[in-house]
Amino acid sequence: MRGVSIVGIGQIPVGEHWDQSIRHLAYGAVSAAMQDANIDRADALYVGNMLSGILLGQEHLATLIADFCGLRGIEAAKVEAACASGAAALRMGYLAVASGLHDVVLVAGVEKMTDTPSGSTTAALATAADAEYESAHGVTFVGLNALIMQRYMYEYDVPMEAFAGFSINAHRNGAHNPYAMFQRPIDLETYRNAPMVAEPINMMDSSPICDGAAAVVLVPTDRAREFVTGHHRGPVRILASASATDMLAIHDRRDPLFLEAAHLSSQKAYLQAGVGPEEIDFFELHDAFTIMSALSLEATGFARRGEGWRMATEEEIGIRGRLPITTMGGLKSRGHPVGATGVYQVVEAVLQLTGQAGENQVPDARIGMTQNIGGSGATIITHILAT
Amino acid sequence: MSVAGAWRTRRQRYALVGEICPDCHRHIFPPRDVCPHCSQPAGPLHTLSGRGEVYSFTRMHHAPKGFEQQRPYAVALVKLDEGPMVTAQLTDVDLQEIHIGMRVEMVTRKLKEEGEEGQILYGYKFRPLMATGD
Ligand SMILES: [Zn+2]
Repeated sequence: MRGVSIVGIGQIPVGEHWDQSIRHLAYGAVSAAMQDANIDRADALYVGNMLSGILLGQEHLATLIADFCGLRGIEAAKVEAACASGAAALRMGYLAVASGLHDVVLVAGVEKMTDTPSGSTTAALATAADAEYESAHGVTFVGLNALIMQRYMYEYDVPMEAFAGFSINAHRNGAHNPYAMFQRPIDLETYRNAPMVAEPINMMDSSPICDGAAAVVLVPTDRAREFVTGHHRGPVRILASASATDMLAIHDRRDPLFLEAAHLSSQKAYLQAGVGPEEIDFFELHDAFTIMSALSLEATGFARRGEGWRMATEEEIGIRGRLPITTMGGLKSRGHPVGATGVYQVVEAVLQLTGQAGENQVPDARIGMTQNIGGSGATIITHILAT
Repeated sequence: MSVAGAWRTRRQRYALVGEICPDCHRHIFPPRDVCPHCSQPAGPLHTLSGRGEVYSFTRMHHAPKGFEQQRPYAVALVKLDEGPMVTAQLTDVDLQEIHIGMRVEMVTRKLKEEGEEGQILYGYKFRPLMATGD
């Protein structure tokens, strides 16, 4: 196995892009990443995407994007793992380079969610759950997370406002990210006044429906210096790439309050990278809902069971906190274009590790971790990156 | 759900037909080919009692396509007395009175109308257990 490094990154602003098709969104990110790495060809393109078939009637997506990006002839395939599609595509690219099969691989994540009425988008997102035994009963994706959050609050006696700190932190960081969907801070009052979506989850616990695309260029670590130009601040190594699954439906899990797949994939990643949680300088976790932040922190070794919510303070998770999380706004404020999210997380981690995070720069950031969650926790993919 | 899909899953949706694992003797719902607990071939069919308690619940303020007319409604994780947990709507209940630990029993109700051309899907929901029913 060869070491794998990231030598180019690209992203477009997350938002409601009514003027652009999915192919334009993807081109924006892919062309920026190629420019950053100073390449005009690649051996393969892997695209993370969840909903193009169901929402846009467009499958065969990676080939369309290769075609539209001027990459005629290239190997291309779409990778789908619900909201973890982005990290799943990255892992595919990682495997291709690490194995020695390819030298230059493009990985893109893209999602177009705002062309359809919100009821259709909501129903499409619910396809991440068990269609026959969860979605058939009228439970949405938010609803599934609400079932987890309600039980968590009951079992650990947690007040609802305890989760506000995750949202406030995300928006504080998103305010300084020009690519974030919501670039303004919120306070406890905003959280208190937010309308309910599925109790106890309110609008400020939830990440938004949006469009977005992000991309990276992967090469073997021993060749990384060839690609690094003045524009890019140095290669970033992928120290670990690990994926794990849990039962698809929440009702089939051993413990619905424990993200077993996060535990498994982070333990594999720590082992592979040769680091422990105490050496992680910042953590781009999957805050699709505030409850997921608490559960991720618990399952990856940063908090004890039932105590992840106690970390929702600036001293703990702020840019200068003990473990900065969602440093560029996370899913809540940057936005959650589902299949693109896992790649945005990695692009943001590269910005941190190369000192390009601006106002949100984590001091002395050397090792960063990203974690992308598919469905209500059934696929969880962890990457550890370092300069 | 397709018409064929609804037909294939009718027994479990109408009557909570599950299985008992011949190896580890645990109850399984819905029927599977492999026991999720011990990974051995799953066992003979067995109808669950339909009684259990609310493990968690949520009141849905935004409904997905096909469920808009039922709003507001509650969805719960119901822990059945035999062990398996199921996701289902609660019915015949004051939404404000739902609580974790509430005893419930299975009833058959309309789950979803799939529009003018589509089918009407029936299946299990849960209601508060009648005091005399135990
Ligand atoms: Zn068994």
